[in-house]
Amino acid sequence: MKIVLPLVAVIMLVVLAFAGVQVAGMQFLFGVLIPYLAIAFFIAGFIYRVIKWGMSPVPFCIPTTAGQMKSFPWIKQNKLDNPSSTMGVVGRMALEVLVFRSLFRNTKTELREGPQLSYGSEKFLWIAGLAFHWSFLIIFIRHFRFFMLETPFVIQMIEGLDSFLQIGAPLLYLTDVVLLGAVTFLVFRRLAMPLIKYISLPADYFPLFLILGIATSGILMRYFMKVHIVGVKEMVLGLVSFNPVVPEGIGVIFYIHLFLVSTLLAYFPLSKLMHMGGVFMSPTRNMANNSREVRHVNPWNYPVHVHTYDEYEDEFREKMKKAGLPVEKE
Amino acid sequence: MAKVNTPKPAELAEALEYTTPQTEWMETPAVIKPGTFCWGAKGKNLGIVEFPNARDWNPSEEDWKLPENWQEIFFTGMKNLLDKYRSFKVFMDICVRCGACADKCHFFIGSGDPKNMPVLRAELLRSVYRNDFTLAGKILGKIAGARPLTVDVLKELWYYFYQCTECRRCSLFCPYGIDTAEITMMGRELTNLLGLNTDWISGPVANCYMKGNHLGLEPHAIMNSIEGMVDDIETITGIRINPSFNRKGAEILFVTPSGDLFADPGTYTAMGYMMLFHELGLDYTWSTYASEGGNFGFFSSNEMAKRLNSKIYAEAKRLGVKYIIGGECGHMWRVLTQYMDTWNGPADFMEVPVSPITGTRFENSKSTKMIHITEFTADLIKNNKLKLDPSRNDDLVITYHDSCNTARGMGLMDEPRYIINNVCNNFHEMPENTIREQTFCCGSGTGLNASENMELRMRGGLPRANAVKFVKEKHGVNMLANICAIDRATLSASMDYWVPGVKVTGVHELVANALIMTGEKERETNLRGDALPGKEGN
Ligand code: SF4
Ligand code: SF4
Repeated sequence: MKIVLPLVAVIMLVVLAFAGVQVAGMQFLFGVLIPYLAIAFFIAGFIYRVIKWGMSPVPFCIPTTAGQMKSFPWIKQNKLDNPSSTMGVVGRMALEVLVFRSLFRNTKTELREGPQLSYGSEKFLWIAGLAFHWSFLIIFIRHFRFFMLETPFVIQMIEGLDSFLQIGAPLLYLTDVVLLGAVTFLVFRRLAMPLIKYISLPADYFPLFLILGIATSGILMRYFMKVHIVGVKEMVLGLVSFNPVVPEGIGVIFYIHLFLVSTLLAYFPLSKLMHMGGVFMSPTRNMANNSREVRHVNPWNYPVHVHTYDEYEDEFREKMKKAGLPVEKE
Repeated sequence: MAKVNTPKPAELAEALEYTTPQTEWMETPAVIKPGTFCWGAKGKNLGIVEFPNARDWNPSEEDWKLPENWQEIFFTGMKNLLDKYRSFKVFMDICVRCGACADKCHFFIGSGDPKNMPVLRAELLRSVYRNDFTLAGKILGKIAGARPLTVDVLKELWYYFYQCTECRRCSLFCPYGIDTAEITMMGRELTNLLGLNTDWISGPVANCYMKGNHLGLEPHAIMNSIEGMVDDIETITGIRINPSFNRKGAEILFVTPSGDLFADPGTYTAMGYMMLFHELGLDYTWSTYASEGGNFGFFSSNEMAKRLNSKIYAEAKRLGVKYIIGGECGHMWRVLTQYMDTWNGPADFMEVPVSPITGTRFENSKSTKMIHITEFTADLIKNNKLKLDPSRNDDLVITYHDSCNTARGMGLMDEPRYIINNVCNNFHEMPENTIREQTFCCGSGTGLNASENMELRMRGGLPRANAVKFVKEKHGVNMLANICAIDRATLSASMDYWVPGVKVTGVHELVANALIMTGEKERETNLRGDALPGKEGN
């Protein structure tokens, strides 16, 4: 159920786009209206979610410290894993966002007879995660060739690097292969590891299947079911410049690709995919461990009812005097 | 209450496996099993600190005597917390269920219960959050991973939030730093709104509020306890030391967990502090009002923690001290590092701590004005201010356990190691994945160290104990050092259970054994009264 439902949902989306364009001829709806709506929803939704998080304050300084703190000059501080300065925090966040520092730590607990526990290094999730996110980013950047009249040099360079193997015609992009491989691995991992399968929700499979659909339709389009590329560029340029046109004969596979991308965009702010923004807002990672040095202020700090020394002395005065303790009032 | 049987180590280990039930977790009701939960709070104790819905209750009974509008209380409370804590909001929203945290929790490792995987512990509450606070959850319900809050769900939340020691090991491994400890803290706040506290937490909280310490020691009892230690010190060293209490005008206020005053082996650590301070001629005082370093309020609600913590600064101000030294404790130091100054500061009536012996200024605590005793002592040793004879600890083969909170909520790791290496000759680290920031909890933190909870505690204590067993077999380790009063009590129990023969010690007990005091007689025994190495025949 958890797996079939999202799979069916993605298949339905494909069918919908196919039927809409091929049968009902709704090129304008699928090629113009829906993409516009999806992008608007994505941008507004993303900002809304981030603002909503931002509205809640960070009352306490709660970094998860992952190394030696700042101490004496003769004790070496771990400035990246336990930063005490803003520069350190920037470094920690950069490592986290760019190379997934915390996932790199991952271990696998093994229980043997005895009992005997061991914790081996486990890098598959880290590698797959990196491969997936980086190839996705590069593919996204590569797509800018469609958004601009002249393909900028940087993008040509990325394309060149990405296809350096010089296989096939059109040249095979490495990132296409890596993305497909990584997403497949991530799906497989969820299914094959009983504990991970146990915690997975439909909302974990849906984006994976959706991205698989996007990648597959993109690959089909580029390598196998040639679309009218000049038409595609004309159409995308039209969208980008707010002068939408619907050229003839582009090929339905393009509309399917575009529709799945639109779905992903619209789904994004509603889902766990918001971790893209959230990772920057996580107080256990983005704060300096300097709360003994600089007072952290809580905007909602309020006075509380305490048991004062005077109340304490009132209760124990006789006992205190007898024990020879100094008292405030005789 | 009836006595609960704890399975034998072999039985427990035999049955341990990491499998999943046939049914999905939402369809698998929690079974509240004897030996894995703490007795419910007494209404009387909750009343003392003005907690809502105070009443006697029993987790093993069907009827938890919930207030009529308990759901409303829960949701209002949850909304309130979401508005107050960005951490909570973000952590509710961004988990991708990658499972990196899944096998990092000592309770999962020792129980094999999937709901003890940090991610699933958090999902227990997240599912309720989705149902009532997110659009997707409201529309799609179960497909979006949402479920309504029923009495059974509440019981499940309670059960598993009191099976988390807020150790933050999961947070270390999470790619977004999601800290299930933080979620547990929120969850416990919510259960507190409904009066669902435990006896083992609410009793100490009430004690600490009224009497100044968790154990409820009254002023003269504190003095008696310390007098007893002073006698023991005299027997061992021939030196009579003369501690002061509630003394105005002292330079330093010393605050330590009351556990150090109460039972072995904590008392040996307390003797260690006093011997060191005496040898230095330190101008310090104890307080009977601020006689608790630890903070069980922290295990119930943020407000309660603040109320208990307020005494430390208030007393420092009343006595007019220049700064504060804090003893060996774990969660105490997370509170002092990440919360105290924010709650009850600024402590501008004190001065930046400067060691009167070495002149070292403790820049890293210039706002809180409170330093950790291992910082203080490490600095002394580095500056050659102590005369030490490490061979007096030669009967010991030592390893060191990092407390969760000093490791992941502070980063105090090398100071205690530096001290140990200077006061002992035989020190061996446990395997790298079980120490420093990756350290495992003792298994009984956050007020879970009740005797009725023994099975859970021993399960949670397995990963730590297993690493000790490893160095015991490899290097003959027979002493587990730490800087935490809870550890001194709980690790003693889990060592006896899993690794018999390994004892537990505070770092300052080791210091005091090695410390050559001015005018001391020839020592025959260590602080425990055991013959020193080479003196066995006497
Ligand atoms: S590691 Fe973090 S994101 Fe992954 S399952 Fe655990 S809490 Fe969720
Ligand atoms: S904080 Fe510690 S006890 Fe709690 S879920 Fe995380 S690893 Fe487990």
